[in-house]
Amino acid sequence: MALLETRGLTAAYGDFQALFGVDITVGAGETIAIIGANGAGKTTLMRSISGVLANAPASILYRDEPIGALLAPDILSRGIAMVPEGRKLFPSLSVEENLQIGKYGRKVDGPWTLDSIFALFPILKERRNNPATALSGGQQQMVAIGRGLMSNPEVLLCDEISLGLAPVVVRDIYAAFPSIRETGASIVIVEQDIAQALKVADRVYCMMEGRVTLTGRSSDLSRDDIHKAYFGTEHHELA
Amino acid sequence: MNWLDTILQGVLLGGLYALFAAGLSLVFGIMRLVNLAHGDMIVLAAFLILVLVTTLGLNPFIAALIAMPLMFAIGWALQYFLLNRTLGKDILPPLLVTFGLSIVIQNGLLESFSADSRRVFAGSLESASVNLGPVTAGIMPLMTFFSAVTVIVCLNQLIYRTSVGRAFRATSDDPVTAGLMGIRPQRIFAMATGLAMVVVTIAALYLGTRANFDPTSGPS
Amino acid sequence: MTMAIPSFTVETRTRASMLTAIAVIALLLLAFAAPFIVSRGVIQDLFFILTMLVLAQNWNLLAGYAGLISVGQQAFVGFGAYTMFGAVILFGVDPVVAILIAGLFSVALAIPTAFFTFRLYGPYFAIGTWVVAEVVRLLLAQWKALGGGTGTSLPREATREMIGVNMMRDFFGMKASEAGDALTYWLALILVVATVGFIYGLLRSKQGLGLAAVRDNEQAARAVGVDARRMKTLVYLATAFITGTCGALIYVQKARISPDAAFSVTDWTAYVIFIVVIGGIGTIEGPILGVIIFSCCRTCWPISAPGIC
Ligand SMILES: Nc1ncnc2c1ncn2[C@@H]1O[C@H](COP(=O)(O)OP(=O)(O)OP(=O)(O)O)[C@@H](O)[C@H]1O
Ligand SMILES: [Mg+2]
Repeated sequence: MALLETRGLTAAYGDFQALFGVDITVGAGETIAIIGANGAGKTTLMRSISGVLANAPASILYRDEPIGALLAPDILSRGIAMVPEGRKLFPSLSVEENLQIGKYGRKVDGPWTLDSIFALFPILKERRNNPATALSGGQQQMVAIGRGLMSNPEVLLCDEISLGLAPVVVRDIYAAFPSIRETGASIVIVEQDIAQALKVADRVYCMMEGRVTLTGRSSDLSRDDIHKAYFGTEHHELA
Repeated sequence: MNWLDTILQGVLLGGLYALFAAGLSLVFGIMRLVNLAHGDMIVLAAFLILVLVTTLGLNPFIAALIAMPLMFAIGWALQYFLLNRTLGKDILPPLLVTFGLSIVIQNGLLESFSADSRRVFAGSLESASVNLGPVTAGIMPLMTFFSAVTVIVCLNQLIYRTSVGRAFRATSDDPVTAGLMGIRPQRIFAMATGLAMVVVTIAALYLGTRANFDPTSGPS
Repeated sequence: MTMAIPSFTVETRTRASMLTAIAVIALLLLAFAAPFIVSRGVIQDLFFILTMLVLAQNWNLLAGYAGLISVGQQAFVGFGAYTMFGAVILFGVDPVVAILIAGLFSVALAIPTAFFTFRLYGPYFAIGTWVVAEVVRLLLAQWKALGGGTGTSLPREATREMIGVNMMRDFFGMKASEAGDALTYWLALILVVATVGFIYGLLRSKQGLGLAAVRDNEQAARAVGVDARRMKTLVYLATAFITGTCGALIYVQKARISPDAAFSVTDWTAYVIFIVVIGGIGTIEGPILGVIIFSCCRTCWPISAPGIC
């Protein structure tokens, strides 16, 4: 049974429609990657699930409960946390405070505490009293992930955590994912780097222009399939 | 020692202004809301204290203590049901709405209390003073000053030391991301305005005992 | 192959615009003749409407065109009024001359104010201008020679012997008080015409185009070489001059001043914002329409508060 599921999810910004009937499922403990070119609608999908954008109630189901119309705080309290695109740390808060505020709306006991996050990203402990914006991009991304974990979520949504980071730094950040998986949480990552996505995820969804164009187990997908789904080359050759 | 006296009186009067400003800047700092009705709310609180003092025969300080939760509730509701709807990128709507509010408060007070000047009497405290070596200071101005310092220190602790204060700052930075942390910006704003009204009540207590006020003395 | 080539002519002097111009001139003539036609009470009401129109036009220029949302214009109304009182009471200057001096002093106040507030952005600018107004009010309330916190009145002789009042008494056989009201009314009318003319001219000039560009997109305007800051400063100083002049004029007519009234944020800024917004921000007609709606509202529902009258 799927833990989290979208059914025919549509979303629009004013009269610009960004999602056209997206269906994805996330099982308990599963890691899913969503890939797609710029503007494919990946962030819109994340924002819909996390409650930043309101949708039709039944278009998103969590433990079989319709949650599409709920607001972000209600989604968080049910156990779905988001690491937003562009990190979005709070500049007026220190590193430690940024982490602390992650559990403002959901205080449940679990594996993630300030200490275990400092153990996961030791550099943050050294910089705990610095303003969050005084950190490097990679360190800021660690804070953003830590902040998402502080609520001990059952589903962690990560939007482009490798955005603008050097490959070594990206590797360091992804090195934390096995520990997150071990706690039994489901993870949904949005990733532009296809190789990275295939490496970390059990299953992959590829999106283009607001639709899912390809889905399958990471091990089953060929480069060719992905290429087509990603760039829609077939479509362009016809035109 | 005349100049020393002047400086002392100036500093003590500064305490009253600091109390006026603390509530205003709390609201402005968290939601960038310029509240044109702030002065009228101080007068409203002063009338509330006056009513409690005259009808129940309470001591003004006790009256202020009772007025505080009432004013908190008024501020909370005002923000939650009215002012939240005006917040956005454009700063004009809150200006217009709080201006309208200022007129509503003034006229409401005029209808119920007439245009006469009022005063809250604090009994023997009013004339009491202490000798500080070369100068003397009134007890009431001293209390005003120390209340202001206390209020500012408390607000500071609240904002920088507590979980609610963190939520205040986070919401002021970015309400959308704050929502992802489980913070409900609408309620945070309402709470901030409620708190500001508590500070306003303290300011009103000292304003009302220090000088005459009438329904239109708000904006200045 | 034939193609109809459409021909366009651009006319700025159309029939309609001619008719409008004639109507405006007729209206102005009528307005100038008003003191001979209607009662003194009506003239005082009209004076109030005209001065509010001047303030509204200025605020509209600031907010609607230069994007400077100020809630501190009462600083210039009050400062202008106090300058006029100071010049009349302390130096025996004629009130009419003092009005102009007040305008100049307001510009002098605007220079350091701009220095401080232009560092601030959006809501911070708004609150900064308010702080400045409060500071000026508190300072002037300390000025004992002008009545301190309780205020003072203009000496009777000063208004009775203003430039023009005697002449009007001789020519039109008016009483001194009547002549004073008529004179301030005419000055207000002149101020309205000058203000609208100035703003109209400014907006049609090259600077006006730059201003519109800054309002629509400051970054883009800067990129094509519009000196946004200079434009804004210019507008700020110009409105300070007119607002200060208007404030002085209002208080020549009132003849009694107090810091609380002269620096009232409600009377000199909030009502003005209301006028501009209901009339239509960012247009010249807006404040005119707004002031008409505003005065209708005030006659229909005379609210007792904010002490304009
Ligand atoms: N706030 C917004 N208002 C209007 N349109 C938007 C908004 N945000 C996104 N869009 C549009 O919706 C579409 C999908 O955007 P989205 O941000 O979901 O793409 P994405 O897949 O996350 O892209 P990227 O890889 O660049 O982050 C795009 O065409 C974008 O222009
Ligand atoms: Mg995106």
